[in-house]
Amino acid sequence: MRTSHNREVVEFMIEMQDVWKTYPNGTNALQGVSVKIDSNEFVYVVGPSGAGKSTFMKLIYREETPTKGQISVGGFNIGKLKPRKIPYVRRNIGVVFQDFRLLPKMTAYENVAFAMDVIEAPKKIIKKRVNEVLDLVGLRAKANREPSQLSGGEQQRIAIARAIVNNPSVIVADEPTGNLDPETSWGIMQLLDEINFRGTTIVMATHNRDIVNKMRKRVLAIEHGQIVRDQQRGEYGYEF
Amino acid sequence: MNFRTFLRHVREGFKNVFRNGWMSVASVTSIVVSLFVLGVFILLVLNVNSIADKADSQVQINVHLALNIDQSMIDTVRNEIGAMPEVSKIEFISKEQGLKEFREDMGPDAAELLEGFDVDNNPLPDKLLVEVIQPTTVPFVAEKIEALNENHPEQPIYKVNYGKGSVETLFKITRAVRNIGLIFVAGLALISMFLISNTIRVTILARRKEIGIMKLVGATNYFIRWPFFVEGALIGLVGSLVTSGILYLGYTALTNSVQGDPMLGLSLVPFADIWLYLCGLLVGLGVLIGIWGSTVSIRKFLKV
Repeated sequence: MRTSHNREVVEFMIEMQDVWKTYPNGTNALQGVSVKIDSNEFVYVVGPSGAGKSTFMKLIYREETPTKGQISVGGFNIGKLKPRKIPYVRRNIGVVFQDFRLLPKMTAYENVAFAMDVIEAPKKIIKKRVNEVLDLVGLRAKANREPSQLSGGEQQRIAIARAIVNNPSVIVADEPTGNLDPETSWGIMQLLDEINFRGTTIVMATHNRDIVNKMRKRVLAIEHGQIVRDQQRGEYGYEF
Repeated sequence: MNFRTFLRHVREGFKNVFRNGWMSVASVTSIVVSLFVLGVFILLVLNVNSIADKADSQVQINVHLALNIDQSMIDTVRNEIGAMPEVSKIEFISKEQGLKEFREDMGPDAAELLEGFDVDNNPLPDKLLVEVIQPTTVPFVAEKIEALNENHPEQPIYKVNYGKGSVETLFKITRAVRNIGLIFVAGLALISMFLISNTIRVTILARRKEIGIMKLVGATNYFIRWPFFVEGALIGLVGSLVTSGILYLGYTALTNSVQGDPMLGLSLVPFADIWLYLCGLLVGLGVLIGIWGSTVSIRKFLKV
């Protein structure tokens, strides 16, 4: 993969140093955040709405740039990245959203293949790899269905398949279970856990107390734009 | 970009046209409507131009000579007019010929009226018919010819006639039609471009989600732009070809119905003479507008 060139020796998969983010409207979304996340870690990001969780996630996959401070992901200093280089860094980061964001007029297979198509992978390899990840998420049999013919949980599985199909080092999941019922949510969590077990770093923002408390991982709590708690095998810690 | 990727972009571009069904139809329709109005106007201007050209070239100066001058004087005047650089052709019409033509013009009904006139009794003067190279110089040349009388005490020129006033008006009208036509064509082309790019923008707006996902999974801007480029070109091509077809059918039908009517007395420029020029312009413009509209419109979504 092209992302492997020029990479420095990776000490931490994700590293933030005194990161500030002020939006043009004056909102201070993050105020001096510093954190280090190892490769193979699974991290929950929790906190009240509007505390800065989404900004934190967006900075990792470079949808936003920091106003101040340094961010590196997989050894790339992504705060200073030239726009031309952004696509190549993104290929190393899989992103999963609450609303799935699948393309409605493509089949499940096409949605997943799309992510490989975009990086100009050969067709033969695409076919092999897409079937592999569809097997992993358990939806090979529904490969030819369009998103509208799939349940919410199934759509999220396809979205996860798309996120991992290019073998990224990091998965950023912004409330991946937010739209799903508890039982389906557990299925998704087991899938993410499996992916993490295979060596991918996972950063997941969530409001789901049950999940955080039952599947114990590292917890980062963000309030008022600052990390107020960083706990291994932590609890959700909020009443809502 | 390798060839396989290029083929992929072309294929995706084609697929997108069909995937976006009604949006593509809307874009094509907007191109057809704009280019059709433009095409009709171009046809109109071309025909007005051809009529104006004919009218221009039919303008002649009638130089009526005095009745009492001899042949050598006629030759002198003729040579002097011929020496003017603006003049392209001089034709001498003798009084006999003039009478004959007058008889023919009036028809058999007037034969009785003109009975008394013959070679010995001819009220008409000899006449020189002068044509000029540049129709617009007619009034000026006419004045110069009239001024020839100053050189000769015999006053050989009786009257110079070129439809004064009406000729100037005709020139004014044809010049105005050409200028206004040009401005209109340019204006319409501009309006079409905005109308079409706007429609394409709307179709792309509906697909910002798709572009967002492409960016998220690490597509380069070029990779995203290419299929839109192909799609825009394709929509422009289809739109302009449809327009050309409609104009062809409409124009030939009009030509046929006008040609069969001698009362109208005008003939339209045949489509065969202008189709290459017209359709070439429309297709070129359509494709250009399609590409321009789609590439300009996605530019702002690429800044994510």
